[in-house]
Amino acid sequence: MILRVQQTAETVVAEAQAGAFEPILLGLIVLLPLIGFAINGVAAILAARTAERRRWSSSSHHGGSEGEADEYSNETHSVMDAEPTGVVPWTHRLPSLVAPGVMLLAFALAVANLFGMMGVELEEPIVRTYWSWIPVGELQVEAALQLDQLSLLMTLVVTGVGALIHLFSVGYMSHDPGYPRYMAYLNLFVFFMLVLVLGASFPVMFVGWEGVGLCSYLLIGFWFSEKANADAGKKAFIVNRIGDFGFLIAMLLIFVDLGALGYVEVFERAPQLDYAGPVVTAICLFLFLGAVGKSAQIPLYVWLPDAMAGPTPVSALIHAATMVTAGVYLVVRASTLFAMAPAASLLVALVGAVTALFAATIGLKQWDIKKVLAYSTISQLGFMFAAVGMGAYVAGVFHLMTHAFFKACLFLGSGAVIHALHEAMHATHSHADAQDMRNMGGLRRYLPITFATMAIATLAIAGVAPFAGFFSKDEIVGAAWIGSAGELPLSQASLFGVGGGTWMGMIAILLSIAAFLTAFYMGRLMLYTFFGPNRTGEAERQHLHEVGWTMSVPLIVLAVMSTIGGFFNVDSLVPIVNLFSPFAFGGDAALHNWLHPVIIGAEEVWASNTAAIPEVHHASWPILLAILVGVAGLVLAAVVLKPQLLGTPEETPAYEGNLEKVLYNKWYVDELYQRIVVRPVWGLSRAFYSVVDRGTIDGIIDGVLGRGAMLLGLSAGRVQTGQVNTYAFIIIVGVIVVLGSIVVM
Amino acid sequence: MDFYRSHWVLTFLVFAPLIGAVVALVLPAARARWVALWTGVIELLVATPLFWTFEPVGAAMQNEVALPWIPNWGIYYRLGLDGISLFMVLLTALLLPLMVLGSWTYIKDRERVFYAMLLALTTGVMGVFVALDMFLFYVFWEMMLIPMYFLIGVWGGKDRIYAAVKFFLYTAAGSLLMLVGILYLFSRYQALTGESSFAYGDFLSLPLTSGEQAWLFAAFAIAFAIKVPVFPLHTWLPAAHVQAPTAGSVILAGVLLKMGTYGFLRFALPLFPGAASADTTVLLFMVLGLIGIIYTAMVAAVQPNAKRLVAYTSVAHLGFAVLGIFALNVQGIQGALILMIAHGVSTPMLFFLLGMLYERTHSYEIEDFGGLAASIPIFALMLVFAALASIGLPGTGGFVSEFLVLIGTFRVQPWIAFIAASGVIFAAFYMLPMVQRTVFNSLTRPANRAIPDLCGREIALLVPLVAIILWLGIYPRPILERMEPSVGRLIERVETSRFVSTPGEAVVASSASSSDEGIRE
Repeated sequence: MILRVQQTAETVVAEAQAGAFEPILLGLIVLLPLIGFAINGVAAILAARTAERRRWSSSSHHGGSEGEADEYSNETHSVMDAEPTGVVPWTHRLPSLVAPGVMLLAFALAVANLFGMMGVELEEPIVRTYWSWIPVGELQVEAALQLDQLSLLMTLVVTGVGALIHLFSVGYMSHDPGYPRYMAYLNLFVFFMLVLVLGASFPVMFVGWEGVGLCSYLLIGFWFSEKANADAGKKAFIVNRIGDFGFLIAMLLIFVDLGALGYVEVFERAPQLDYAGPVVTAICLFLFLGAVGKSAQIPLYVWLPDAMAGPTPVSALIHAATMVTAGVYLVVRASTLFAMAPAASLLVALVGAVTALFAATIGLKQWDIKKVLAYSTISQLGFMFAAVGMGAYVAGVFHLMTHAFFKACLFLGSGAVIHALHEAMHATHSHADAQDMRNMGGLRRYLPITFATMAIATLAIAGVAPFAGFFSKDEIVGAAWIGSAGELPLSQASLFGVGGGTWMGMIAILLSIAAFLTAFYMGRLMLYTFFGPNRTGEAERQHLHEVGWTMSVPLIVLAVMSTIGGFFNVDSLVPIVNLFSPFAFGGDAALHNWLHPVIIGAEEVWASNTAAIPEVHHASWPILLAILVGVAGLVLAAVVLKPQLLGTPEETPAYEGNLEKVLYNKWYVDELYQRIVVRPVWGLSRAFYSVVDRGTIDGIIDGVLGRGAMLLGLSAGRVQTGQVNTYAFIIIVGVIVVLGSIVVM
Repeated sequence: MDFYRSHWVLTFLVFAPLIGAVVALVLPAARARWVALWTGVIELLVATPLFWTFEPVGAAMQNEVALPWIPNWGIYYRLGLDGISLFMVLLTALLLPLMVLGSWTYIKDRERVFYAMLLALTTGVMGVFVALDMFLFYVFWEMMLIPMYFLIGVWGGKDRIYAAVKFFLYTAAGSLLMLVGILYLFSRYQALTGESSFAYGDFLSLPLTSGEQAWLFAAFAIAFAIKVPVFPLHTWLPAAHVQAPTAGSVILAGVLLKMGTYGFLRFALPLFPGAASADTTVLLFMVLGLIGIIYTAMVAAVQPNAKRLVAYTSVAHLGFAVLGIFALNVQGIQGALILMIAHGVSTPMLFFLLGMLYERTHSYEIEDFGGLAASIPIFALMLVFAALASIGLPGTGGFVSEFLVLIGTFRVQPWIAFIAASGVIFAAFYMLPMVQRTVFNSLTRPANRAIPDLCGREIALLVPLVAIILWLGIYPRPILERMEPSVGRLIERVETSRFVSTPGEAVVASSASSSDEGIRE
């Protein structure tokens, strides 16, 4: 009752703040995927039960365990291994309807909210409180959602791209025995992702933050019978928890120093902290540690390439378009805090730029098509961090959005390729690797739609005008050049005694090289996959065919978005980009205007803490350079690489020469971590157990106890089984006598 | 309704299991489990309304009673309930029927005695949580020791005698120290007032010098620290858990360990507030709790035996409770209390599941499993859920409790909270490999292919635990608000006395006046 009154009161306040705009069924957007999870989850449990019953009846037929071995290893083995025999059970049909259905509804609601919000100038976020979650003393954490321009944009990406990937999954996964379980996890993921982006406080965001990590863990290890897959899931979870530790510490610092954890209060009070002081710097560094874990940046990126063990649509949704961008969202969400901590911000930018280049180098020499895209994702996330670190928050969010389009398109495209190859190989019982590009080649003839859509996405990621990536990436590189000329507020800051301008100059160079490498490895991927002769095999080739509509429609939509997505924001600050401004949606720099209320806090911090920035004319050459770099990378790949000379994995070694070996082996970072972190921790744990616990503590205790036991005459002989009845009787009677005497007295 | 306003509800909850025990012993063996189940169900049904009849306003004891028992020695039958004991009572009542269900097919041998022991044990535990006479408290405290000893020693695994003796001697050693402490308080009270009393309330008003406080606190604290258990007094626990039958492990992890943390909150802190809140004490216990969190988590990670692994995680979890208690602020102590409940449902759930697996495979060794998600998917689902609840994923009670404890600790000892927070990494480090090697990977053992999945009885006993874990994680407010007044009073008492008796010299007069205020409110 009290709750309800409180809730109404909150609503009234929210309404007063929001003016005319009333969010449409905000709670339902979050709830829909959860409902989908519940329905699909029940279907998954029932499907598992039925499978078990079948197993029981079949095992009674052949009795011995030998015969079942094959049946077993196959059951959860791979995408299409289970032949659909006869009627598809309802547990496999229902998720095809429910899972994409709830996503489409959620997306429709998000769009409705977008139209509502576009009509009004919303200055303050709308906070909806549902219940009081952790009220203890001064700590008051509400279960509340916050709708503002940023969370709505993220919701649109999550539900929009999410709906497409759910649809794609229907085609990709519906023959898998674990299909309902898969859809349940996928819906659950979207639920947590929406909690993450719509939460109105750091703890609520943390619920989504760890929740998406859980779903990522479950989906990476979806085909859990393979140890490698289960290992990859576990690695992702544990590495992510290192980041989560940072997030937790940041929350503790925020609460103790600002007395609140809700965004509105925290960002209102943040300017009370010392500008560039140790407290706010520490808060931002720990938040960034969380972001580094979730968004796979140096030094915690190592889980993401392994995460490719999951089904490919999962890689598209979780490990490219949404979850891994949560760290970028976090920095933008906390932009007021980061603006207060210029040194921490510069570190964010630097880590992002170094990661962008580092991951791009590894991408050059991978043969697994998904691994190339994984390192590409790490690299592109580095671009986003470079942007938000330099204070170019809108550019970061812009790239987050366009990247969601083209990277999801690329991953789904690779999924279509793998799907086609896998089916072909399954038909001929080939055991070749369906993900190795050396087994591909010339696929554009067999998969024309996949080829066309992936080609568009490749142009987008390479930064070729006027595809989406061109606008967003150039805004980031452009910001770095502008910053190096001293024209960003952070140019006045310094990190490790070096000025922000100098750092941003270095960042601009790092990013330009990374952009060049990006274009090159993407060109390589396209050439080896779709051009030259086909290397799949004579017999398999007959079975190669294009994917069905559930898979091609999402590809086409994403390709369209990869083409036009850049026009959402044409930045008037960047001269050449400005040429395209007549085509921009909603006019010049639409995204800047849209997100302005979200980052105004950061701007105010800068305004009161940094000197005014002199107006300087922007040179055009950096942008020209950026465009050239992308085209040059693609052209170089086309000239240097000879797909017609490439052979199958047996014919072509994975690497030649030491440099290629180092790149193929990912700079040996996994091996390094194994040696300096994993093994020492295990060794120490073992030593703790054998030396301290068993050796020292128990050694002493057992010595003392041994004597004590003799003293008390307690020995094994006394606990003879026959006497237990007597003991029990004596004990209980004794207790009754003692306690029953109360009544007598 | 009067039943719930008087002591009768508490008296019923304490003695109904004992009556059940007698009935179970008298009736034929085949009936024993039914008697135990009905006793458990009635116990739970009677206890549940306490959640609503308990008035969350004011910090005074509710459902109080004081009947003379041995009045010449000042020993009374005193019971009472407050926001700290309420949830321990409810937890005990909840676990009783579940333990019976969990033992349903597990125990095939001397069932009458087994169930009688289990019920008698419950009486002891209930009594500990509601007794307000220190003699009565001690009787219950010791009483629970004996059935537990037999549960491990008779129905345990192959090293059961070693484990049982270790358990018994460890606990008995601590109890003896506490008994000396209680008798000292008794004599001190007699010397001061000329009257005999064992009443908790009377002892609260007893003026004690700081030297006395230090010694008495040490005696009580060692008894409770063994029970919790606090590093380095924890080695009895893995031994006892591995050997104990499922029900034994469940009650051990679920409520017996909480008697230690409860003891700190009910007795060690309020009776000797000066000693308990001294900087050295606080730092000592926080460091020990911290070692528990990190060190035992690492030790847990290398255990080949799943039950021993979970046993070690208990030490790690309760390390958080120790931190929260000695943070001596509202977030810390409420966090510790929520942790006691959350751990009291998630760890029993793990032990139930391991027991179910043992019934099917006759093993607790992790290497004997693998790929079970393919053969027993519902079991796998439950195990993954319990494991995630145990490592404190947001949305479960574990997160709420650890978050509160960390906030409480951070306010007083930021560095300790900082290191303790890394426990979230170590929790994943010990729990996920176990989960993977149990339910994931390939199903290599042929014998594990033919085992049946969970049956209806097993699912029915796990579902309430799942529901409570989620409730604690999503909407803990009704629980928090029932605890708050009692926690508030505890903190106030400790704070006041810290203010008065900080100087090292004996301050009889001033502490007498201060504790009078503290008690006669």
